[in-house]
Amino acid sequence: MASLFRIRKDIDKKTYLLIALSAFALLFCIWAVVSMSGAVKATILPTPAMVLKYVIASVSNGSLQANMGISIFRIMAGFLTAVLIGIPLGILCGAFKVFESFIQSLCEFIRYMPVPAFIPLIMVWIGIGETAKVAVIFLGTLFQVIPMTADIVRSIPEDLINAAYTLGANRRQTVLKVIIPAIMPKLFEMMRMMIGWAWTYLIVSELVAANSGLGYSILKAQRVLKTEAIFAGILIIGILGVLTDRVFAYITKKMFRWVDWGSK
Amino acid sequence: MSAAGIAGQGLSGRVATSKIYARGVEKRYPSKPGFVLALDDINIEVLTNEFVSIVGPSGCGKSTLLRIIGGLEDKTGGKIVLNDTELSGAGADRGMVFQGYTLFPWLSVAKNIEFGLKIKKMPKEQREAIVEKYINRVGLGKFKNSYPKELSGGMKQRVAIARALANSPEVLLMDEPFGALDPQTKSSMQLLMRQIWQTEKTTVIFVTHDIEEAVFLSQRIYVMDAHPGRIKADIAVYLPHERTLDIKDEPNFISLRKEISAMITHNDN
Repeated sequence: MASLFRIRKDIDKKTYLLIALSAFALLFCIWAVVSMSGAVKATILPTPAMVLKYVIASVSNGSLQANMGISIFRIMAGFLTAVLIGIPLGILCGAFKVFESFIQSLCEFIRYMPVPAFIPLIMVWIGIGETAKVAVIFLGTLFQVIPMTADIVRSIPEDLINAAYTLGANRRQTVLKVIIPAIMPKLFEMMRMMIGWAWTYLIVSELVAANSGLGYSILKAQRVLKTEAIFAGILIIGILGVLTDRVFAYITKKMFRWVDWGSK
Repeated sequence: MSAAGIAGQGLSGRVATSKIYARGVEKRYPSKPGFVLALDDINIEVLTNEFVSIVGPSGCGKSTLLRIIGGLEDKTGGKIVLNDTELSGAGADRGMVFQGYTLFPWLSVAKNIEFGLKIKKMPKEQREAIVEKYINRVGLGKFKNSYPKELSGGMKQRVAIARALANSPEVLLMDEPFGALDPQTKSSMQLLMRQIWQTEKTTVIFVTHDIEEAVFLSQRIYVMDAHPGRIKADIAVYLPHERTLDIKDEPNFISLRKEISAMITHNDN
C-alpha cells in the first residue's frame, strides 16, 4: 500500500488503470444516486437512464448521426485548411527571421483576440452558412498553428542543422531533408492539441449561429428544458474528443518509431 | 605565414603542403560599451594529412575558431583559405563532428552515413559501397539498420565520424567530439580516431580541453589564451607515429602534457 504513495514513482500499470476507472465509476455513482434520490428535479439533473433513453431515441430517428456528421465535417474542413496553410507558414517563420517578423508578429497580435468575438463579424461578412462555421474553426486554429509550428522548428538543435550544412546541404535541402522530418512528431502532437481546440470553437459557433450540429442540439434542448438532451450532447462531444485524441496519439506513436519518447 | 614556414614538422617522408590556413582571423561581439574581442589575430596553418589539435582554457574561443573555419559562424576579420581558395560559408569540403549528438534521429545508421552522398547525388551502388566501408571502419556493421536512439553515446559518435568521413572532406573538423563520453569509451574512441587518421590520411583539426587527448592524437598542438582568444604556442608532438594507449604513461608523453598544462593553468585566474 505504501508503495502507491512515493513521490513521482511509477505504479503498476493495471493498478493505475483500475484507479482511473474507479474515478469514472465514482462520478457516475454520485450522479446516479443524487438524480434518483428525488432531491433534485429532473430538469436540473436527469437520471442516467433518461440520458441513455434520449441517446437511443435520437440514434434510432437518425438525428444524432446527422448532427454528428455535420459537426465532424465542419471540424475537418476548418482544421485541415488551418493546418494546410498554417504549417508551411509556421515553418517559414521558424526558419527565417524575415518571415518571423512579418507573419508571426501579426499572428501574436491576432491570437489574443477572442475568436467568439469574431462570430458577429463573420456573420456580417459571410452570413450563417456552412462557411461561417468553418471560418470560426479556421480562424481559431490558424493563428495558433503558425506560432506553435514556428516554435517547434526553433526547438531543433542548432547543430543538427549545422551538421547538414557541413555535409554539403544547401538551405533548401536543409529545410526539406532536415527541418521537416525533424519536426514531424512534434507537429503531430501539436495537431492533436489543436483538434481539441477545434472542438471548442465548433461548439461555440454552433451555439451562436447554426441550425444543425451537436452544439445546436444542446442549445435547442436548453430552450425546452430537456436537460437529458443537454447531458447527452455534452457527453457525446466529450467522447468524440477523447476518441480523436487517442487515435492521433496512436498514429503518432506508430508513425514515428525513431523518436525517443522516454527521454522527453 | 607560408607553407614553407612549418613544412616538414612531424611529417618525415611526406611532402608537406599547406591544406588550410587562417590568417588574421578576428571575432568581436558587440557589447554595451563597444565590443568584446573573442578571437584576436588568429594565424594557424594545417598541412595536408596533418593532425592538429587546438587546446586552451574554457572561453578562449577554440570552438568559435573551429566553427569559423567550418563556415558555421561569421568572422569579423581575416580569412580562411583552403587549397589556395578563400572560403565563405559552410561546405562539404569541411566535414565536422560535434560534441553533442547530431545524428538525424529519423534515419538509420546507414542512412545517416549516406546523407552527404545523397546530397552529392552519387549513384546508389557507389553510395552503398562507401556506407558499407565506413560502417565497418567504425565497427558498427551490426547496427546498420538501427535508429540513433538505440545506440550508446560512443556508438553515436562513431556514426558521426563515419558520416563525416564518408563524404571524403578535405579537412575533418572535430569539436570536442569525445567530451561527453565516459573515460573508458573516450580512450577507445581516441585509439579508433588515431587508427582512422593513419589509414584514411585525412587532415584533422581537433578542438579539445583535454590536454592528454590532444597529445595522444596530434602531431602538433596550438595552445590558446583567453580574453582575448589568441594563439599562444605552436607545439610539435615528437612521439612515435604508432601509438597505443600505453604511451600515455611514458615519461616524454607526461612531460609534454605537463608542459602544456602549465601554459594553460598559468593564466587561469
